[in-house]
Amino acid sequence: MACKNCLEKPVIKLQNNNVSLCKKCFIEYFEKKVKKTITDYKLIRKNENIVVACSGGKDSTVLLYLIKKITSNRRDIKITALAIDEGIHGYRNKSLEFLKDFCNKQEVELNIYSYKEEFTKSLDEILKTYKGIPCSICGVLRRYLLNKKSKELKATKLATGHNLDDEAQTITMNYFKNNVKMSARLGPIAGIIRDKGFIPRIKPLYFLTEKEVASYAFLKGFMDKFNECPNSPLSYRAQIRDTLNELENKYPGTKNGIISSFIEILPLLKEKYKNDHEVIKSCKICDEPSSQDICKSCYYIETVIKA
Amino acid sequence: MKVYLEKTNEYKEIEASTVKELLTKLKVNPSTIIVTKNNELVTEDEKISSKDEIKLLSVISGG
Repeated sequence: MACKNCLEKPVIKLQNNNVSLCKKCFIEYFEKKVKKTITDYKLIRKNENIVVACSGGKDSTVLLYLIKKITSNRRDIKITALAIDEGIHGYRNKSLEFLKDFCNKQEVELNIYSYKEEFTKSLDEILKTYKGIPCSICGVLRRYLLNKKSKELKATKLATGHNLDDEAQTITMNYFKNNVKMSARLGPIAGIIRDKGFIPRIKPLYFLTEKEVASYAFLKGFMDKFNECPNSPLSYRAQIRDTLNELENKYPGTKNGIISSFIEILPLLKEKYKNDHEVIKSCKICDEPSSQDICKSCYYIETVIKA
Repeated sequence: MKVYLEKTNEYKEIEASTVKELLTKLKVNPSTIIVTKNNELVTEDEKISSKDEIKLLSVISGG
């Protein structure tokens, strides 16, 4: 089957609609979709200081490249990269080396903060005593640092590389765990309420699948390996991911269906829960925003890391 | 033909005339990988032969 647009040799068949595209048309399709998401959901406004959460993985690398490209003629937009070094030997150290080189070539300032320096222990060290699911504690600590450090960098938005697969997994997980209220915080621009303690998070890759992002990263020559975190297969998310991929294979369009129907009900969810959120307090230990007296991150620091 | 599986860093010997047939024989879900033939990205419809260098790259990253 030739490229739908120009009859050249295709490089990808889009999972959702069975359309085949050649390299040139796929890159155009991909970039248009990111621009459309930014425009439709007003992800970037005037005079923004966008901090891009980067890991050296395909999603955030593609995101950083495209945000820089799309805003290249905007003098009122500043782009900075922020990376968290959890301390996962053999994984994060390699991806951060790639990221340093990539940011250097793209002429983007990169700020790296580590668990070791911020919390006194690397994730590898924490997991020697913590026997829960690694992603549970790591996700809390990473989100905490991303928000805290992007505030220190005076960010107006924190851009993350979440793709369609990531979001479909989160929506499904929230349904399965009877956590629909949590889904009200999702969407291309995250959150229900505005609080000065939280930097608004934007997801320009929201409508692109993991496979599309990987294909774009490969075709642009960014990378030809997409390493998975060694702790990831242990997570609930990984089980949901595998299940959704099995369904997608049998019933093409499943993941897109989850996102499309979710986008339709999202305004209703936001409306329903807009006055139902917990009162945002300041953590008694670190002063970061929290729904409890002590934030989840400080809870882990006190009960796991210092224990 | 020899096929390289990047996720497990191993080569497998397998006979197939298209990428689709290859993935079916290897029981690999197309959503989870991209396939290169002689370092060019190809679709499942692509014809392959023993002369080609085939790689399966897992697209699952992060955690």
